[in-house]
Amino acid sequence: MQIRAVTEDYIKDLLTNGIREDGRDPAEYRKIVIKPGVIPNAEGSAQVTIGNTKVLVGVKIGIGSPMHDKPEDGNIITSAELLPVASPHYETGPPSPEAIELARVIDRGIRAANMVDTKSLFIEAEKVWEVYTDIYVINYDGNLFDAGTLAAVTALSTARMPKYESEKVIREGNLEKFKVNNLVTSCTFAKISGSILLDPDGNEESCMDGRLTITNDQNAVRAMQKGLLGAFSAKELENLMDITFDKSKEFRRLVNEAAGK
Amino acid sequence: MVGSYKPELIVNGKRLDGRMPADLRNITIEVGVVKNAVGSAYIEWGNNKIIAGVYGPKEALPKHVQDPERAIIKCRYAMSPFSSLEEHGRTGPNRRSVEISKVTKEVFENVVLLDRFPGAEIDIFIDVLQADGGTRAAGITAAAVALAASGIPMKDVPFAASVGKVGDTLILDLNKVEDNYSDADMPVAISPRTGDILLLQMDGNLTKEEVKTGIGMIQKAGEHISRLQREALKAPYERILEKYKK
Repeated sequence: MQIRAVTEDYIKDLLTNGIREDGRDPAEYRKIVIKPGVIPNAEGSAQVTIGNTKVLVGVKIGIGSPMHDKPEDGNIITSAELLPVASPHYETGPPSPEAIELARVIDRGIRAANMVDTKSLFIEAEKVWEVYTDIYVINYDGNLFDAGTLAAVTALSTARMPKYESEKVIREGNLEKFKVNNLVTSCTFAKISGSILLDPDGNEESCMDGRLTITNDQNAVRAMQKGLLGAFSAKELENLMDITFDKSKEFRRLVNEAAGK
Repeated sequence: MVGSYKPELIVNGKRLDGRMPADLRNITIEVGVVKNAVGSAYIEWGNNKIIAGVYGPKEALPKHVQDPERAIIKCRYAMSPFSSLEEHGRTGPNRRSVEISKVTKEVFENVVLLDRFPGAEIDIFIDVLQADGGTRAAGITAAAVALAASGIPMKDVPFAASVGKVGDTLILDLNKVEDNYSDADMPVAISPRTGDILLLQMDGNLTKEEVKTGIGMIQKAGEHISRLQREALKAPYERILEKYKK
């Protein structure tokens, strides 16, 4: 891993002079593009690119049985797949801890903000709607959390709701929109030898000491996740929440625009 | 086969989507869609949407799979759980995808100059994002472009397509509905330079004559598919040329 060591030295060296490899400000995102409806077969879908990071989310809605402890709630199932095509470091096989963390952090934001009213997914005793949100990483270049959340939220906000009629699921024809009650987005920061950078790219993530994701809606913080070893001070956290609330206005605008609102 | 209900697949000589029996669906191919891959291609073939990416050559691992004489090819064909109009699918390999991965790998073992890279592996990933019948043929066609774009030396850029049968009529390039109700399905991959058949699978009911005619239809369609593959490979370079002409 000689090359990694060289990259790390280079990134850290630049940062001592306050410079990022691609010339961005510390709190600046790469270009974000949201494309909804890219998979017409899925009930909802969206592709999000942040720089060279490319994430696709497909939402499928089907019938299942409720959890034993919540017999009157539908199910939301969020999973992430780090496709081996997306990076030379990803391998085939069962989901890695990284993929599981990614899916769970995105899932928590969506749940905590009550984006989907699970009570409304109840059909009859022992029969509820299941909403599968699959996060497909197609090209990795850092910051999968924000790209994944944006794609998942857009896919859910643009999804169609199947009908259940005489024991059959109807997925085509004149369908109502899937109902969402809220909208969350996230900001992910990397800490690299004392500097804090928003939207780390792949090279920056390869040498970050710590990572922090803050997920929020218009009014409140809905989920947070600190990853890796590095620590953040309370003062830093406060500052990063301010940045997050500020950036999230633009994200909500982008999602609403993509969803045609 | 789905239930006993069988829709009329050909009405007044035309198929459900308006095609004639020997018509392909629309195909578009774009290279360089996965920046991290050494070579990649995205294909839209009718309603199929598929990404193919190539990594390597790199040291084959685990070590015991290494061949001291030549490179090995690893291939993974997989469908996304949201790829179909029906239920949410299961992730991970199943018996069907394992078999498709294997026959796809064998297609490319024929055309890649494996002896140039002893001890190495070349990885081919085919991810079906949306499926509408004929994904293995579309996947092979896309993977061939991804391999060529990667610069790995090859003898040829293969293509693939399938033929099926409705009543007595052979139809080219079956979509999902046709695939479900067709009386036969025969995917074929061909090396256009030599005409060698690199993949041949069949199930259903075809006479000897029909097999021959079907392969002829695929060869004919291959002229068009090969041209699209070449155009896709040239496109990025032409864009650069275009830029500097101005």
